Amino acid sequence: MKRESLLRHLVKNRLLVLMSLPAVIFFFVFNYLPIGGLVIAFKQYNYQDGIFGSPWAGFDNFRFFFISGKALLVTTNTFLYNLAFIAVNNILEIVLAIALVEMTGKWFRKITQSMMFLPYFVSWVTVGLLVYGFADFDSGIINHFLQSNGSEPIDIYNTPGYWPFLIILVSAWKSIGYGMIYYLAAIMGVDNEIYEAAEIDGANIFRRIWHLTLPFLVPTIVILVLLAIGNIFRGDFGLFYQLVQNNGVLYDKTDVIDTFVFRSLLTTREEGMAAAAGFYQSVLCFVTIIIANYLVKKYNKDYSLF
Amino acid sequence: MRKKTADIVVFNVASYLLISVFAILCFVPFLMVLSSSLTDEQDIIKHGYSLIPSSLTLDAYKVALKDPMIVLRAYGVTILVTVIGTLASVYLMAMTAYVIHKRSFRIANGLAFYMFFTTLFNAGLVPWYILIMKYLHLKDNLLVLILPALFSVFYIIVLKAFMRGVPEALSESAFIDGANDFRIFNSIILPISKPVLATVTLFVALQYWNDWYLSMLFISEEKLRPLQLLLYNLVTNSDELRRVMQLSGGGASVDLSSMPQSSLKMAVTVIAIGPILFLYPFIQRYFVKGLTLGAVKG
Repeated sequence: MKRESLLRHLVKNRLLVLMSLPAVIFFFVFNYLPIGGLVIAFKQYNYQDGIFGSPWAGFDNFRFFFISGKALLVTTNTFLYNLAFIAVNNILEIVLAIALVEMTGKWFRKITQSMMFLPYFVSWVTVGLLVYGFADFDSGIINHFLQSNGSEPIDIYNTPGYWPFLIILVSAWKSIGYGMIYYLAAIMGVDNEIYEAAEIDGANIFRRIWHLTLPFLVPTIVILVLLAIGNIFRGDFGLFYQLVQNNGVLYDKTDVIDTFVFRSLLTTREEGMAAAAGFYQSVLCFVTIIIANYLVKKYNKDYSLF
Repeated sequence: MRKKTADIVVFNVASYLLISVFAILCFVPFLMVLSSSLTDEQDIIKHGYSLIPSSLTLDAYKVALKDPMIVLRAYGVTILVTVIGTLASVYLMAMTAYVIHKRSFRIANGLAFYMFFTTLFNAGLVPWYILIMKYLHLKDNLLVLILPALFSVFYIIVLKAFMRGVPEALSESAFIDGANDFRIFNSIILPISKPVLATVTLFVALQYWNDWYLSMLFISEEKLRPLQLLLYNLVTNSDELRRVMQLSGGGASVDLSSMPQSSLKMAVTVIAIGPILFLYPFIQRYFVKGLTLGAVKG
């Protein structure tokens, strides 16, 4: 039997074609058109002339971005923060998931898990305000506590040195509750008989965790970490923007690629350079995600992205 | 039952301690907001924000709700955007998932890749922003809070995976009875996908409810401000705070230092996260289910 032509197939299934149209148009408009718009990175953009009318600038935008030293700073910050998030969050998630599973009090377990999952549900705007309530110089809880103990108050919003610690803490606070769920699911999947056998053989609980639970978690850890590494050059805009806001004193320690692009576009209005920085980030992300996916695929084909 | 041997006792003490500390750390900031929103302004100026209110007053809430054009209006915008956005988004994503779940449709894989590729490479903020502002002219239009977030590749993949698990015989028999794809999707696949749709709906609704990014970028007209943007403006812009005070306090002559400025921010926060906290006990398990659902992709 001869295979029908693709055109005939599509005409016959025109309803399916029609049903896919909203998505096709959506991704075309909001994702593919902007890729074409990346020419801004090579232009001296001005609003009146738009993307196509503005004069060409060659590689000037890129040159400026790299020579200013900003490229190195924001790339390093993005990379190191994400590295810290991956390490700290995963370790805490694993430890807490193991502790939670072994918990005998059912109600205690339910309530504490709910409490830890709660931060996932609030917006970064809210988180920014929560941090402010603790860290503000005049009315923040931290300074109130320090002063009531006779210590000097600390000026967190004017001291860059505190921020790496604070940002890592807040990232853990917001994401551990939900990140933990993957590990909980993995531990629950382990066959209970193996544990009972180990118990009968006289292995104490610490040995059981070390020799049984952790090895079982390794596949989950590898996959989650690799997928996170795929996004290592993508800063969490909400986290950095809402916590730091437009506080220039802190930028050296807190500026990531995403906040830099945002500011260059909307505050200093250097559209061309902002687009160049964004283009640079997109390429970095594309390369790392391809490498990460290759590694995942090598490790376990079922979990690769494509 | 397990025996309580020494190692288990040690382990239990350690894990109960660890979990308690973390759970409390996660919860304490919420206590701070609630307590501060109820505290008298003078007490906040004197002692700072606190975890236990030293005085109880509803002043901040009265100010926040006095002029319905501010907080209540923002509430209305948020609810409108969340309801319409979520319904449209979930329905359209399910429809898309239906198309790419059909193995017999020859461009299904091509379409899936067309969508998936956008997660690998995207042009970033600048061209996207200029497109929406200059070419789509969506500034200060409520559609801008809905449209750019309509489709998420991740949820489409989750929905597709679920639909692939539905026995094909169901749609085949309907097909023989003369139903077309659109009918089969609406009357067979949608109802059968209810469990996964419920989960996706909640995730999407949470995202629309909490969104501040789109409104921060594209909304400057006050009457179109959603709750999160109002909160953001109150926090970052003290002029904004003063203006809200004047509107609700009765004119420019009012003595602003006596108004609950610090507690007002907290009160608006409570108002913004209130519905989530209220629904939290009922919806939490769907989110837990949804996250593990995403872990097994199809």
